[in-house]
Amino acid sequence: MSPGLEVSLRAQGQIPLEMDLRCAPGEILALIGPSGSGKTTLLRALAGLYTQVSGQIRCQGRTWLDSQQGLCLKPEQRWVGMVFQQYALFPHLTALQNLTLAMSHLPRQAREPAALAWLERVNLAGLHNRLSSQLSGGQRQRVALARALASKPDLLLLDEPFSAVDQVTRFRLRRELALLRKQIDIPMLLVTHDLDEALQLADRICVLHHGQQLQCADPISLMQHPASPDVARLLGLQNIFSASVVAVGREGLSLDWAGCPIKVSQPSEYAIGDQVTWIAPPQSILLQRPDRPVPGDSENPIAGSITELVLMGPHASVRVLPNHAPELPLSFFIPLHYVERQQLHEGMPVTLSLKAHSLHVF
Amino acid sequence: MDWQALQISLKLAFWTSVLLFPLGIFVGRALAVRQLPFRPLIQSLIFLPLVLPPTVLGYYFLVAIAPDAALGAGWQWLTGRQLAFTFEGLLLVSLVANLPFAIQPVQNSFAAIDPDVRDAARVCGLNFWQALWRVELPLAWPGLLSAFLLTFTHTLGEFGVVLMVGGNLEGETRTLSIAIYDEVQALNMTAAGQMSLLLLTLAFVSLLLVQWKTQRYSDKGHL
Repeated sequence: MSPGLEVSLRAQGQIPLEMDLRCAPGEILALIGPSGSGKTTLLRALAGLYTQVSGQIRCQGRTWLDSQQGLCLKPEQRWVGMVFQQYALFPHLTALQNLTLAMSHLPRQAREPAALAWLERVNLAGLHNRLSSQLSGGQRQRVALARALASKPDLLLLDEPFSAVDQVTRFRLRRELALLRKQIDIPMLLVTHDLDEALQLADRICVLHHGQQLQCADPISLMQHPASPDVARLLGLQNIFSASVVAVGREGLSLDWAGCPIKVSQPSEYAIGDQVTWIAPPQSILLQRPDRPVPGDSENPIAGSITELVLMGPHASVRVLPNHAPELPLSFFIPLHYVERQQLHEGMPVTLSLKAHSLHVF
Repeated sequence: MDWQALQISLKLAFWTSVLLFPLGIFVGRALAVRQLPFRPLIQSLIFLPLVLPPTVLGYYFLVAIAPDAALGAGWQWLTGRQLAFTFEGLLLVSLVANLPFAIQPVQNSFAAIDPDVRDAARVCGLNFWQALWRVELPLAWPGLLSAFLLTFTHTLGEFGVVLMVGGNLEGETRTLSIAIYDEVQALNMTAAGQMSLLLLTLAFVSLLLVQWKTQRYSDKGHL
């Protein structure tokens, strides 16, 4: 039996699930998806808190659930550490007592020193006697994380752990988790609706929708090669279009996009005449002024005009209508300094260059 | 002051509160936490004594404990005594009449506990009984205290149902509230006043204690 987490779960009814997952020791697997996609239900099923599921769960060599054998361990038998969205600290206990309560695997006299050491590891030394109502949001989150790890779990479950704190604290906590995870050698599942959080922390990301996993991949592969238009849309990617294949060669495909030729450097099994969906991810688009062309950046040139330019902090959201198909706008972000240097404005004619090796055909 | 009546009232209130305490915990928790079938029906039955005239409850109880009824016959077979006009009968009907006071505050307290906190206790390695003892009961404590004190105080002041089921037997079923009624009937207003003042003080102090404890718990951030 391999170490790590192996999950094969099915559930019918109100919250359907169809999941086959693996997570290696020390790996963070992020589960992302819209509300109702089954993220939290999966986490609760793994913890043994939701039992209307069938299938198998094995973790670190132990079987937690085997429906065929009629085996279903109770939550307290699974050795799971879980950080809840609102932390779920025991409000009548101090930070220290919250941890010692979860340390039943240690002899009674060893619990307090170990709990104090954990609080120190999460930068809460000196706050051990405070109740959760006397702690800030970030401090509560740290207590919750320390409590989850103090139980010496075989699996760490993080259910939107940073959603209840302000942005500054969130960035700080993410960094702390990224540092702490190097010392953790158990599988970790992170549920989040924040794609940036998943991209920053996870080794792999699993996109869920209606209780099914659509794609599991490392962050770069996922963003550059989403498995389907649905995955691309769930990842918030824009510029998804239809086209027909007009040529297939060793260097890739040639597409006809509403009368405009598009070259894609992607080996594929497509044939001439196939209708395909293609996507221009943010990193594939270069914007140029026709009167200031950049030598060498002229792949897949598309002439158009800026129809919308919205300044959003250090970036600008740009929408360009191609001349050949104004009904198919391309949207993307560019740095504010580029807008200022190039003196871009709404109505200005521009040329987009789509890098062939960054385009993706489904 | 009718000290014997006071003693019977205190005894009745004590046993009613003590016996209903564990029942209140388990029924109150089940109603707050579990998806029970026929929940509205169970809840309505528990609340019935709150809106029912005590004489109606007393009447049906007398019917149920009559020697030819199942409960009355069963009790007689077990103890050789009948239930009507005895302290045991009084206690039994008092248990029924006080169900809403023993259950409702506990139910509210358990319902106020964040479900994630309950789940967290299990994930932290506590089994059901450990989670109940170490996490849920301490958090539901104000509700438990309210239930105990409300049951105790309400039983002390019980009148209609006591008169219907217990009658007015000195030393057996004559409680303080009946004694007050007797004294008023005999135009002995001084004695009635002393006993009324005692009941008023006990009721007020109980409610004050409940409010004070709940407020303190809330101030500490436990609620």
